[in-house]
Amino acid sequence: MKSVQITRREFLQSSGALVVGVSGVLPSLDALAQNVAPKILGPNPSQLDTWIKIGNDGLVTINSGKMDCGQGLDVAYSQIAAEELDVPLSQVVVLFGDTRYSANQGGGSASSGIRQGAIPVRNAAAEARRVLVGMAAQELQTTPDQMDVVNGKVFVKNNPSKSLTYAQIINNKEFATNLEWNKKFGNDLNVTGQAKPKNVADYKIVGKDAPRRDIKDHVIGKEHFTAHIRPDNLLHGRTIRPPQAGASVISVDKNSVAFVPNVRVFQKDNFVAVVANTEWDAVRAARALKVTWSKENKPLKGGDKEMFNYIKNATPTFTNAVPMFFGKKEYNAQPTYDALKTSAKVLEAEYFAPFQAHARIAPSCGVVDVKADSVQIWTDTQKPHFQRQGIAKFLDRNPEKVEAKWMHGAGSYGRSDADEAPYEAALLSKEYGQPVRVQWSREEGIAWSPKGPASVMTLKAGLDEQNNVTAWLFKAKGFNGWDIKFNAESPEHTLVGMQTGHKKWTAYNYNIPEESYRFANHVHWWETVAPYVEQASPMRTAHFRAPQEMQTRFAQECFIDEVALAGKIDPVAFRLKHIQEPREKEILEAVVKKFGWETNHKPSKVGDVYTGRGVALYNGYQSYAAVACEVEVNKKTGRIWVKKIVVGMDCGLVINPSGVKAALEGQIMQGISRALYEEVKFDDNRVTSVDWNTYRIASMKDIPGKVDIVILNRPDKASGGVAEPGLVSLPAAIANAVFDATQVRIRQYPLTPQRVKSLIV
Amino acid sequence: MSKMTLQIDGVSHEVDVPLDQPLLYTLTDQLKFKGPRFGCGLAQCGTCTVLINNQAVRSCVTPTSAVANASSKIRTLDGLAKGDQLHPMQTAFIEEQAAQCGYCTNGWIMQSISLLEKNPRATDEQIIQGLDNLQCRCGSHLAILRAVKKARETMKA
Repeated sequence: MKSVQITRREFLQSSGALVVGVSGVLPSLDALAQNVAPKILGPNPSQLDTWIKIGNDGLVTINSGKMDCGQGLDVAYSQIAAEELDVPLSQVVVLFGDTRYSANQGGGSASSGIRQGAIPVRNAAAEARRVLVGMAAQELQTTPDQMDVVNGKVFVKNNPSKSLTYAQIINNKEFATNLEWNKKFGNDLNVTGQAKPKNVADYKIVGKDAPRRDIKDHVIGKEHFTAHIRPDNLLHGRTIRPPQAGASVISVDKNSVAFVPNVRVFQKDNFVAVVANTEWDAVRAARALKVTWSKENKPLKGGDKEMFNYIKNATPTFTNAVPMFFGKKEYNAQPTYDALKTSAKVLEAEYFAPFQAHARIAPSCGVVDVKADSVQIWTDTQKPHFQRQGIAKFLDRNPEKVEAKWMHGAGSYGRSDADEAPYEAALLSKEYGQPVRVQWSREEGIAWSPKGPASVMTLKAGLDEQNNVTAWLFKAKGFNGWDIKFNAESPEHTLVGMQTGHKKWTAYNYNIPEESYRFANHVHWWETVAPYVEQASPMRTAHFRAPQEMQTRFAQECFIDEVALAGKIDPVAFRLKHIQEPREKEILEAVVKKFGWETNHKPSKVGDVYTGRGVALYNGYQSYAAVACEVEVNKKTGRIWVKKIVVGMDCGLVINPSGVKAALEGQIMQGISRALYEEVKFDDNRVTSVDWNTYRIASMKDIPGKVDIVILNRPDKASGGVAEPGLVSLPAAIANAVFDATQVRIRQYPLTPQRVKSLIV
Repeated sequence: MSKMTLQIDGVSHEVDVPLDQPLLYTLTDQLKFKGPRFGCGLAQCGTCTVLINNQAVRSCVTPTSAVANASSKIRTLDGLAKGDQLHPMQTAFIEEQAAQCGYCTNGWIMQSISLLEKNPRATDEQIIQGLDNLQCRCGSHLAILRAVKKARETMKA
């Protein structure tokens, strides 16, 4: 393992940058380090028994190294396994993210649950059926080709009375069967057996609606969230953050909390915490503890008011072209500049995207029990296997003696604060020799959680006399996309790690999605700028649902409307003219058809309310998505209401249509939220978005008047992601509709009532 | 520390906690309830909601001592089902698949029950208005609204 990690770090340092490549797919990041077969920690991926167990009651258990915090993987994996095994759907359960039972499949990441994580499940289930049929054939003295399986019962085709159930065949034994493992961990992990999975045409369970099974647990209040875990002798921990970004501890006055029974105060470098026997005691001790911090001079440099100027004026830390995966891809903007000079008409615009926060409904929570020779972590991180490695490193423990059990948690949408409290609980549990539960406050969950980065997008387009595009320039300049890495498999990728002296990494990235538009003299590139505060910053960035793709697509999809309208071309017609990818064209056509997009449309105005329509599209994560919407803009209040919306999705083979629909409904509301409300506010010293009043999200009143979801099932294409591609286009589609309604182009999201009111006069 | 008696889901519970300790911590830390949960501690999200009689209350800002009396009947998500018999609101949430991560579900169910117990004929608009101060980060609002509208019918039965 050690040599592998050195290889990866050396690569990072020598290249200076990593780019998460085409369309946000993250396949090769871990693959790079894995030219050498990595050391296996926990169950061996090349053993069929790692993936599937069949009990003597016939229940099939799938062990998955992904996780399902509501996106519906549990039922989708069960459908896939039931399909391949020919057992009823109700006979399959999935155990997610327990390091004792599953291989490291990368956890929740990059909308990869189906498009990557389901593949080894399918292959293992198909192989298990092959092995079971083979064993049955031997026992019944026939050959596998003479046999069939229905409902977990293997029988001789021309004599169905000769049969054995899976449970009888396996009889509590193991499969003891090898799979071909691709020697990768993380999202790219795959295994194949000798069996070929079923043809799509033969599917009976996959492709049909199937309800989630975990909803009942939610509505009856079953114990299954990390927050519920309360082992005996539990201590409750709370943390204390500095009043200014980057401040250091000068002194801690332990007497200030002497009034709290049995309270203990912990300090290591700049990490300060209290632990107490009850949760309320920990809360009031954290509120009362007096800490003296160093005085910093405006560490956040003018705050959000100056942020876009800071970005524009900063010297880039790195720059790169797209598309690419690793190393440096050169680009040359000179032909574009030359073409712009000779164009009949040139359009230019700057677009602005804010810092946004994952802002989980519950801030970070972790429970860890550090014993003399073992460590148990209860966590709702998206990546329990990587977290086990990281906490082992943080505590200087053998990772083989550290286990993580993934629990349900608040939805996390990327590298959120979910990874933070478990690391802190581990440090405190090691110190006090008792299990510790750390629960972040609401303020920490917004102000101190990782952020999606702010950026400024510069666009230029040239048109000739006939309004043909002669040049297209796109530059995104913003804060680094990942001050901390999404896997968090090492302490420098956490707040407590940095607060206790683990230095931040220096890999730079500002992901720009690949797109299928083709224009003459078309150039895209990105530049990153230095963070305000290098170590342990409240503004540190990390992946947030569709990392940097929402920011860049907002600019690109709005500017495309600007150019189309400058050339007096319908925005849909203009897109169709320049799209190269047929699937992208087809999903756009399906959406505008459902929407009823007329080329001779006129926006309307009744009193203070303007109504208009907009469209935007996106391809990525092996999927194609488009959005058309109609919005009402109230000139007096600045309120925008999405009156009608159509979201279209071509995600290849659909495993569970009801799951895709549920995911897209969620993206509609989260997309409206991020388009209309969400921006992290901060001043010279600190983040001032600290709760739901200062970091507003969409609410019940934002439900659109009419919602239509169009799913193009393509059984002949590999399954793609749904959540991220479904989300990305929302801000652009809404802003385009606002322009249509009001003829005012708002080039910055969120389109808050205040911003709308100030711009529409 | 003060000894107090709470009436929760028809059962008396004795606790010995500080007078100012919010009800949420008494329920989750001392009494191990799983329905109400910490979300903000500021009465802004509703994740900690319980019913006091039929009023939806945010337990994270309600002192335990304020409801430790015989007239405050505390109802929680944990106590909604009668054995295997789910409350119609719970059934509606399952049927409409009205949750993504499910962490906030407690608040939506409890506040919706309160709303419909007080006004069984609430209009769609009144439901939207009455639930607008709850937060759901995953964006399950569409399914939640369908579930509450369904429960509006089934709770009458």
